[in-house]
Amino acid sequence: MSEALQQLLLDTLEAHSDINDTRSLILPGQAQPASSNEDQITILGALNSLLSRDMIQYETHEVLSHVPTAEGAQILNDGSHEARVWSVLPVQGQGDPVTPVQLKKKVGDETAKVGQGRAFKNGWIAKAGDGFVKLLSEIRDVTQVDLQEIAATGSLQAGEKVLADLRKRKLIIQKKGQWFTVHKGSKFSTSTAKPETDLTADMLATGSWKTSTYKQYNFDAEGIPTAGGALHPLLKVREEIRNIFLEMGFAEMPTASFVESGFWCFDALFVPQQHPARDLQDTFYLSDPKESLPPDADYYKRVSTIHEHGGYGSAGYRAPWSHEESRKLLLRTHTTASSAHMLYKLAAKCRGEAIENDTGEYTHGATSTSGQGEKVFKSDDGFRPAKLFSIDRVFRNETMDATHLAEFHQVEGVVADRDLTLADLIGFMRVFFSKMGIEKVRFKPAYNPYTEPSLEIFAFHPMLDRWVEVGNSGMFRPEMLEPMGFPRDVRVHGWGLSLERPTMIRYGINNIRTLVGHKVSIEGIEHSPAVMF
Amino acid sequence: MPTVAVDKADLWERLGHEYTTDEFDKLCFDYGLELDEDTTAEVEEAIKKGLPAERPQLKIEIPANRYDLLCIEGIARGLRIFLQKSAAPVYKLVYPLGGESNLLTVTVNPETSTIRPFFACAILRNIKFTPRSYASFIDLQDKLHQNICRRRQLVAIGTHDLDTLTPPFRYEARPPKDIKFAPLGKDKAYTAEELMVLYESEKHLSKYLPIIRDSPVYPIIYDAKDQVLSMPPIINSDHSKITLSTRNVFIDVTATDQTKLDIVVNIVSTMFSEYCDEPYTIEPVKVILANGQTRISPDLSGRYMTAHPSYVNSCTGLSLSATEVSTLLQRMALTASVSPSSVDEINVHIPPTRPDILHECDIMEDAAIAYGFNNLPDKFPTTSTVAQPLAISKLSDVIRNEWAFAGWVEVLPLILCSHEENFEWLNHEDDGNTAIKIANPKTLEFQVVRTSLIPGLLKTIRENRSHALPIKIFETSDVVFKDVSRERQARNERHAAAVLCNKSAGFEIVHGMLDRAMKMLEIPRIGNDDLKAETGYYIKETSDAMFFPGRAATIFYRPVPANKSTISSIKHDIQTALHVNSDLKIGTLGILHPTVLEKFEIGFPCSALEFTLEPFKKQMQKVWTNED
Repeated sequence: MSEALQQLLLDTLEAHSDINDTRSLILPGQAQPASSNEDQITILGALNSLLSRDMIQYETHEVLSHVPTAEGAQILNDGSHEARVWSVLPVQGQGDPVTPVQLKKKVGDETAKVGQGRAFKNGWIAKAGDGFVKLLSEIRDVTQVDLQEIAATGSLQAGEKVLADLRKRKLIIQKKGQWFTVHKGSKFSTSTAKPETDLTADMLATGSWKTSTYKQYNFDAEGIPTAGGALHPLLKVREEIRNIFLEMGFAEMPTASFVESGFWCFDALFVPQQHPARDLQDTFYLSDPKESLPPDADYYKRVSTIHEHGGYGSAGYRAPWSHEESRKLLLRTHTTASSAHMLYKLAAKCRGEAIENDTGEYTHGATSTSGQGEKVFKSDDGFRPAKLFSIDRVFRNETMDATHLAEFHQVEGVVADRDLTLADLIGFMRVFFSKMGIEKVRFKPAYNPYTEPSLEIFAFHPMLDRWVEVGNSGMFRPEMLEPMGFPRDVRVHGWGLSLERPTMIRYGINNIRTLVGHKVSIEGIEHSPAVMF
Repeated sequence: MPTVAVDKADLWERLGHEYTTDEFDKLCFDYGLELDEDTTAEVEEAIKKGLPAERPQLKIEIPANRYDLLCIEGIARGLRIFLQKSAAPVYKLVYPLGGESNLLTVTVNPETSTIRPFFACAILRNIKFTPRSYASFIDLQDKLHQNICRRRQLVAIGTHDLDTLTPPFRYEARPPKDIKFAPLGKDKAYTAEELMVLYESEKHLSKYLPIIRDSPVYPIIYDAKDQVLSMPPIINSDHSKITLSTRNVFIDVTATDQTKLDIVVNIVSTMFSEYCDEPYTIEPVKVILANGQTRISPDLSGRYMTAHPSYVNSCTGLSLSATEVSTLLQRMALTASVSPSSVDEINVHIPPTRPDILHECDIMEDAAIAYGFNNLPDKFPTTSTVAQPLAISKLSDVIRNEWAFAGWVEVLPLILCSHEENFEWLNHEDDGNTAIKIANPKTLEFQVVRTSLIPGLLKTIRENRSHALPIKIFETSDVVFKDVSRERQARNERHAAAVLCNKSAGFEIVHGMLDRAMKMLEIPRIGNDDLKAETGYYIKETSDAMFFPGRAATIFYRPVPANKSTISSIKHDIQTALHVNSDLKIGTLGILHPTVLEKFEIGFPCSALEFTLEPFKKQMQKVWTNED
C-alpha cells in the first residue's frame, strides 16, 4: 500500500506537476476520493517518506470537519428516534393504536422515550385511545438526511446553527483534519527505490554499491550500547598501582593469610602488648580457633626479650610479657604482618638457616648495592636486598560509616638494603606518588611503634585547597629487624596507604559502601571508566 | 592519637609570638604535631551573635608516645626549645630542710602485690594555680588516664591537697567491706562495696569498676590518721581534694608495671613543677616497698645514651659534624655534648620527660626532625632488583579477564559475613571444622570469615533488583578455612565463582563459564568415567542441598603427574587398573535450590559455579613463599 501510494503521488505530480488538494486523490484500491481524515493520515506517511529523500515538498492545510458520534452513526443507518417511533405505528383508523408498553417493546426504551416526544412535536403522530397512531403517511427525517450529508462531506450546507444543534444533541463532534498541497522536490523522480542505509555483503557481491544511493547518516545519534562484562573499579585501581610497583622493580609478596597471631601482627613488629591497636575495640579476635601454634622458639624468645627487657641497644618496653596475648589469633589489621613474616624469611640466611629451594630465591637476580661490591661476598652474611609489595585485604573492628568499612585494602611497599637513608625513603616516596599523579607531597614526623623515623605523607589536594594525609611510611625499627637476624647496617623502608582512598578520589565517590561490598550497583561497575595514573 | 585543646592567647604569650594559623600549622607540621582546628572564627561568630563564647582554642594532635606534650605547659616548653627561645629546663629534686631524714614516707603493704603492686608519688611545693592552669592540671591527668594508663587499667593518678593530710602515708590493699570513706563530691562515707554499686550508674566512673571489682582486696591509700587519700584506680577522697587555692600538692600513682608508673609520675610532676615558687623543682617522697627496700620517688635522673654522628648520618643521608648533631638534639630537649674522647660519640642525656626514647634510632629521628624532614637532600635508593608478580595473582587475572571478556561483571562483596549466610542459608551444616569464627564483632554481619564466594554474590544480586535480567556476576578472591596443621590455624584459598540470575536457571551457561576458564588454562575436558587420561577435568552429578536435586555437579580435576618417572606412571597404571582415582574435587556447580533463593530474597532462578584456583597456579621461578 505505502509503496503504491508513493508511486501514485509521484505519478500524479509527474502528470500535473502539482497536487493542489490531496483530498481529491483516489487512493489505490478505493473508489471514492480520499476525503476522510484516515486517508489523509495515510497520505501524510507517504509524503514524509518522500520528503526525507527530497523527492517532494508539501504544505499542510488544516480544516475543521464534523463526524457522527456512535449515536449519530446509528441514526445515519436506522433513522432518528422519532422516525423509528413513527414507522412502527398504524395509520390513524387503520389498526389498533400501539400502547406505550408495546412501543417500548418494539423500538426499545431509549428510542421510545426520546422519539415519542419529538414525533408529537413534529406533528407526525397522535394519541388514539390508550395508544398512538400515525398522523402522516409520509415524513422527511431531516436529522438522518443532515447526518448523511455530514458523514459524506464533513460539513452541512444548512449552516452552523443546525450543526450546533446536532453537536448539542451529541450526534456529531468536531474534528481537526488535514490536507496537503504537494510539489516536486529537488530530487524528484518517479522511481520509489529506497536509498541504502548500510553497506552490505550483497552489495559487494553484486557490485550494486557503485550505483546505489545512500541515506544520510545521523551523526548526532548515539551509538548502540555494547553488551559485555566489566572489571570492578577498585580492582582497576589495584592493577594500576600494582603496575607502578612492577615498573619500579618490586616483587609481589604472598599475603594469603587473613588470620594472624598477635605475635606476627604486633609483637614481631615491636608493637607493645598494651598498645591500643590491640584492643577488642579495634581488632577482630577469633573465638574458633583461638590460639596459634608457637612460632620458632628462638625467634620468639628474642622478640619477647626485647619487649620485656630490651636489647640490641634498646631499652625495650620493660612491661610484663604475656604469652597468651602473643598467641591470640586475630584477623590481620595490616598487611605489615605479612611483610614481617617475609622479612623474617629474608633474614633466614643471615641467621645461618637454610631455606628450602633458596638458590636465587631471595635475591631475584639482584646483587647487594652496598657499594662494597665483591667484598660483601667474601664475608657473606647472607643478606640480599629486596623490594617487595602487596595489595590485599585487612580488617578493623570499626564502626562503619561513609568512609570506614570493617575491611579495606592496604597497599604496602618494603625496600630492604644496606645503609638505606631517610633521604632515600623521602626521594622514593616522591617518585612513587608522582607515578600516581600526586606531585606535591610533604612529610610530617609521626609516631608508629614499628618505624623510626615515622613519616606521614601529605599531598596537596587542589580541589580541597589543603594538604591531606595520603599514607604512612618509615624505617623499620632495629628492635624489629635485629631479632630477625638482619645485620645492623641493613635498613628497611616501609610505607602503606589504603587502596580505597585514591579510588574514591579517582571516581569522585563519597560513600565507601557504593564502592565496596554487596550494596554496590552492578550498573555502576559496568559504567566506571578506565584508570590511567 | 590524642588531641589537646590549648588556649590560643595563652600559647602565644608562652611562645612570645602571635602566629597566624598558617604559620603555626607549619610549625606544628615540622615538629610532628598536627593543628586540627583553630576555633577563633567560631568564637568571633558567636560573639557577633551575642552568644556565650569561650576563649579561642587551638586543637592540636599529639603523637601517641609523646606524653610530655599532652598539656599546654609541655607543648609550649617543647616548641620554645625547638625554636631556640629557651634551653631545656633541668628538673630538680629538692629535699625538705633537714634532708633525707625529713622526707615524707609512704609504706607499701605486701597485700597490694595481688592487685596493683607498683606505687610512686611526688610533691609539688608552693604551687600557685590559676583557673586555667588548674583546669590544665586536671586535663593532663585525664589525657594520661586515657592514653598510656589505658583507661586507668595500667596506671592511675590521684592528686591531693597535702595540707589536709597527716603523713606518713600507707598504700594498702583491703577487703572492700573494710574500706569506708567519703569520695570526691560526696559528703557521706560509703564502704568500697557500696561505692561499687553507687558508681555503677555514673557513666564517667562505671567503666573503671571492672578493673578491681572481682578482686578480694582493693587498693587504698591512708594517711597517719587513717584518712583515705584515694582508692585507685576509681576515686579520690573528698577530704583531700585539691582546689584553686591548694599550695602543696601530693601526687600518688599506682600501676601494674614499674616502667609506666615512672613515666606517669615523672610527666605529671615535671609538667606542673613550672608553677612552683621555684620552677621545675619537685619534693621527693621516700617509698618503703613491700620487700623492705626504699625508693626515692620520683626518679628524675633520666638516662644517658651515646649517639654516633656516623649512625645519624648513615640513617638520614646527611653529613653532619658531631657539633651540628648536638645542636639539633638540643632543639629536641635532649642535652647533648660531644664526647671528649671520640669525635664520633655524643653523650646524650635523656630527660625524664622523654620516655619515648628507647634506642639510638629515636635520637637519630630527633636530629632528623630538628633538621627538617622536608629539608633532606633529594635522593633515590639505588637498590636494584627484578620485579616479580605472584603466581596466584597472575592466575586470578587470567580468570578475571576471560570472564569479563565473556560478558560477566566483576563484583567485590565483603569477606566477613554472618554465620547463617555462610551455612544455613546455603542449606549447609557447620561441622565446626570449616570456618574461622570472630569473637568480638560489632554487628551480626561479621560472625565468620566466608568459606564460599556464593553468599556475597547472592547478596549483590539481592541488592541489584533493579538491574535488567540476566544478571551475570563473578568474583575471584580468597576464602579462609580452618587448618590446624598451620601456625596460624587457618588457610586462605583463592576461589573463582560466578552466579547467573535470569528468568530460567541456565545450568549450561555457568557450565560454559567453567569450560571457558579450563580452555584458557589448557586443561582438557575428559569423560567422568575416563580413568586413562593423564590430566583433565570433568563434572559428575552430586547431591548438595544448596542445589536443586538433579541439577548439581562436582568439578573434578586430575593434575598432571608431578614428575613423569616410571614409578608415577606405574602408579597411574595400577590406579587405572584398580579403578581408583585420586582426582581432586575442586568445586561445584548447579542450579541453586529455591529455598536458598528464598533466604537471599531473590525472585528469579540462579545458577552458580565455584571452584578453587589453587591447583592451577603456574610453577614460577620461586621468589617468595608464604606456605608454612
